[in-house]
Amino acid sequence: MNPPQFKSKRTVFITSLLWLLTLLTPPLTVADAKPTLTIYTYESFVSKWGPGPLVEKAFEAECSCDLRFIGLEDGAALLSRLKLEGERTSADIVLGLDTSLTKEALETGLFAPHKMNIPELGLSLPWDDAYFLPYDYGHFAIIYDTQRLNNPPHSMKALIENDEGGKLIIQDPRTSTPGLGLLLWVKSVFGTTAPQAWEKLAPRILTVTKGWSEAYGLFLKGEAPMVLSYTTSPAYHMIAEESDRYQAADFAEGHYAQIEVAGKTVNRPQSKLADDFLAFMVSPRFQDLIPTTNWMFPAGRTEKPLPEAFNKLVRPVRTLHFTPNEVATHRKEWINEWLHSMSR
Amino acid sequence: MDQRVASLHESLTGRSQLRVPGWLPGGLSLLVISLILFASLSALFFNAQLASLTTTLFDPYLLRVLRFTLWQASLSTLLSVLLAIPVARALARRTTFRGRSVLLLLLGLPVATPVIVVIFGIVEIYGNNGTLNHLIRLFGFSFQVNLYGLTGILIAHLFFNMPLAVRMLLPAWNQIPDESWRLASQLGMKSGSLFKLIEWPVLRRVLPGSAGIIFLLCFASFAIVLVLGGGPRATTIEVAIYQALRFDFEPSKAALLALIQLVICTLTVALLHHWLRTLPLSSGLATTSQNRPDLNQPGSRLIDFGIILVATTFVALPLLALVRAGLTGPVLSVISDQSLWSAALNSLMIAIAAAGIAFSLGMALLTTSRYLRFHRKQPNRSELLELSGSLTLVVPPMVIATGLFSLLLPFGFVFDWGLVLVAMINGLMVLPYVIRLVGPALLANGEHYHHLCSELGIRGWHQFKLIDWPIIRHPAAFSMGLCATLSFGDLGVVALFGTHDAMTLPLLLYHRIGAYQFEAASVTALILALLCLVVFGVIDLLIGGRRALH
Amino acid sequence: MPFIELEALCYQREDWQLKAAFNLERGECLAVIGPSGAGKSTLLSLIAGFERLISGSIRINGRDYTTAEPADRPVTSLFQEHNLFAHLSVKKNVGLGRDPGLRLNQKDHLAIDQALEAVGLSGYHHRLPESLSGGERQRVALARCLCREHPLMLLDEPFAALDPALRSEMRGLIHQLIKSHDLTVIMVSHHPDEAAEIASSGIFLHQGELKAKGLMSDLLNNPQLPLLRAYLGVS
Repeated sequence: MNPPQFKSKRTVFITSLLWLLTLLTPPLTVADAKPTLTIYTYESFVSKWGPGPLVEKAFEAECSCDLRFIGLEDGAALLSRLKLEGERTSADIVLGLDTSLTKEALETGLFAPHKMNIPELGLSLPWDDAYFLPYDYGHFAIIYDTQRLNNPPHSMKALIENDEGGKLIIQDPRTSTPGLGLLLWVKSVFGTTAPQAWEKLAPRILTVTKGWSEAYGLFLKGEAPMVLSYTTSPAYHMIAEESDRYQAADFAEGHYAQIEVAGKTVNRPQSKLADDFLAFMVSPRFQDLIPTTNWMFPAGRTEKPLPEAFNKLVRPVRTLHFTPNEVATHRKEWINEWLHSMSR
Repeated sequence: MDQRVASLHESLTGRSQLRVPGWLPGGLSLLVISLILFASLSALFFNAQLASLTTTLFDPYLLRVLRFTLWQASLSTLLSVLLAIPVARALARRTTFRGRSVLLLLLGLPVATPVIVVIFGIVEIYGNNGTLNHLIRLFGFSFQVNLYGLTGILIAHLFFNMPLAVRMLLPAWNQIPDESWRLASQLGMKSGSLFKLIEWPVLRRVLPGSAGIIFLLCFASFAIVLVLGGGPRATTIEVAIYQALRFDFEPSKAALLALIQLVICTLTVALLHHWLRTLPLSSGLATTSQNRPDLNQPGSRLIDFGIILVATTFVALPLLALVRAGLTGPVLSVISDQSLWSAALNSLMIAIAAAGIAFSLGMALLTTSRYLRFHRKQPNRSELLELSGSLTLVVPPMVIATGLFSLLLPFGFVFDWGLVLVAMINGLMVLPYVIRLVGPALLANGEHYHHLCSELGIRGWHQFKLIDWPIIRHPAAFSMGLCATLSFGDLGVVALFGTHDAMTLPLLLYHRIGAYQFEAASVTALILALLCLVVFGVIDLLIGGRRALH
Repeated sequence: MPFIELEALCYQREDWQLKAAFNLERGECLAVIGPSGAGKSTLLSLIAGFERLISGSIRINGRDYTTAEPADRPVTSLFQEHNLFAHLSVKKNVGLGRDPGLRLNQKDHLAIDQALEAVGLSGYHHRLPESLSGGERQRVALARCLCREHPLMLLDEPFAALDPALRSEMRGLIHQLIKSHDLTVIMVSHHPDEAAEIASSGIFLHQGELKAKGLMSDLLNNPQLPLLRAYLGVS
């Protein structure tokens, strides 16, 4: 009549204690003869479908070392983690900051110059930073649904002033890199009249999301015909889904660029290995992997031709870009401006 | 004659029991909680500059954000609780319809679903391109429901919290003694008076707790408010904290904002408790059978099932959208992906550990709280103790994680202990649920039996095993199931420590989305939801026994 | 030396005070009578240890128990209700009187059987409280009191909810157990005449003060105090 609840409770208690113990035991790392190179990067880089696994395989093959990735949420998270860790950081390489963050990154004093001869690298974009090297870049773009929009806007001015295109989904510049990118884009086109531009655009913004994922997801669900994303987004649909449905709008003023960089840290035992990695990073062995795993344009030399779909992508007539210095100086002020305009 | 006295001495000292002072378990628990919370906050304050802190405090923008946060949280809470009462009542009245257990199980699901999945589900039903608007157009009407604004926030919060409120309010009906119903029958009381005079008093006991938790959840709501709120006008303090910690990297500012959030929530919850002051229980052997006189009133069946149907539909719709999206995606390729199952296993381990931690901490707090209330006659201290356990919900895990991280950094083992820290933080986050769900039952037990137990010398482990556990088993099982599923579906904490060896299922979901694989992500989301249900059901059954879910 | 010495007991709660002092011999049965609010239940609570004295002392068989925990006192109480754990069987409820952890040995099992027999409930071992009548529940509680083998038993109107015949039966049972188990009893009662059937002595409490003390027969048949007369309804 009495259910054996006490006995089973003891079992539950013991089992849960065991669970707790298994969790508490740190993984026993077998001491390896191979040195370890630790790279801090963002989550999507290390995901199964990102470049991470392939990069790891390729580099480990030639370095006889162990590559360890630590994936943090995004570029901004990378920077804040570095600031948190300070000199105790275990990162040898930081990969995934973009140029709007590099000035602040430099100010941490944690980065060492890469000492590479830039002209010899054959980068596909003009570059003169002594500390950071670019590994890929992309342009922001308004992606639209061809099934719902026949006439996408052909310029930023048209989008904003002529009310062309319908509703738009964007990201929050306070919490997301593309969001910040759009902010800087509008700023570089409108300059001092940017606040008014935002005020004009505000009613047509369906919503502002925390990050790219929510925004793009809402767009794909058909909530609005336009979303802020990258010029390379349509490539995914063309390659993986064989669909031409989603395309990027080509803006006459040009598109704002996001350049992603990597740098090595100071005072780390694996300095030579880090140098090797940076060299590897700008070489075709790394660069060839970028297009279909990171969905960006390779910044260094490539051997394989770009996938067919990439040739159909929008190539902006101009690349808009603020220097890291300008971004660092004005970011807060510009965000406040944006907040002000959007909150009317 | 003296033999009697001699044997008395023997019986008193013969079988000894380890005497743990009543305040010890709760004290220890409180210590652990405070250490983690305040240590992490203090760590963030470390390099603070007073000047910048004062400007933060008096920033008009912050005040506006605070006002909005308070307002949307209060409105959401009010609505969720008000709407939950009729639903809970209907369920309490109709105790024997088929599928009731399944329904109750489902009610625990929304709050455990990852935020982004909820957003997508709600958008799919209520969005511009959603089912509802399509239906409206189909019927020839021209107006369209605009989700993005306060409407969206309320719908989402209702979806999350109303089922939870129902589940938390339902046990209250079990505290109504049979005698009350019989008396009511005799007096020929109608449904309205029944509610006012019999049901409301017991509801009043559990309302502060339930409303409190929901308020905390809504207050700390981040992504939902932003996305469905329609823009930066709908900014909550969490956004500001996130911004301070991430983009601006001003940890002291973040800590200050977190502290402000904590203070406001404490005050609100304390106010709730004061306003809805708990009344003493009526005596009598409470049973679960109810001979309500109003069960067969004309139309009452219709009303009850109508309410239940509406509530179920409201909760089920976004979940159904989730199911539909999941079933139409690349199911096979997702299921056969090895990494999915190892991620699920990781999530499960963390979830179980978190539930265990939450339950231990919670029981410790509650036992001491009861001791304070009945043995020391200090109900205020008892309430304070319970309050402290409830507040971990409102300190952003982000803040705790960052603080802990910087504390532990000098010791160098942060990465290896990542999973443990995640389990611990998750445990802290779900602790309030244990307090709110198990608390009332433990308290009632105390009220009935504390004299008897102290008379017979039943204390500590024996009291737990023989007297408390049989009674609190069901709410304990539910709370542990809930804790496990909340932890299972939680993304935030894991991502904070940045190890990619410890892949969890929600993280995998986000990876897929980040890689444009929205369809595969839908399948993953469906699997996540199903696993949540399974975890919930198994824990509930295992711990709660056959009679669970009532 | 008296078996139970209650010296200058003083208790305070908000604006209400209780003062009492009396002694009891072994084997005595004392009735506590008085109007509502007099402090009868409080007095029992103080002796049992549920409430704390402000001043005064409680000595039982020469040992001081003023600050002892309820479980450490050689006292056992029977309340009006909530005497049994609703979810435990009769045997377990009684067994808790032997050991608070229900770790029962041969001797304990025997004691339980004997106690149940003494209250007339042999064979009720596996019944649940909810299936018992009010009188039966109180008898189970009584059996537990016996199992504890404590010399002092406090009864706080445990039979108030039963009908007169049953009350009488219970009183008879108590009387019998006092003799067979050598108990000393203090009982609160709202029916002085009924209490007089088994209580040899009594005290009269009024608004927290012990106003009269003596043999029950004297108190009831020759009430001197006006307050006592008023309470008893004697002109």
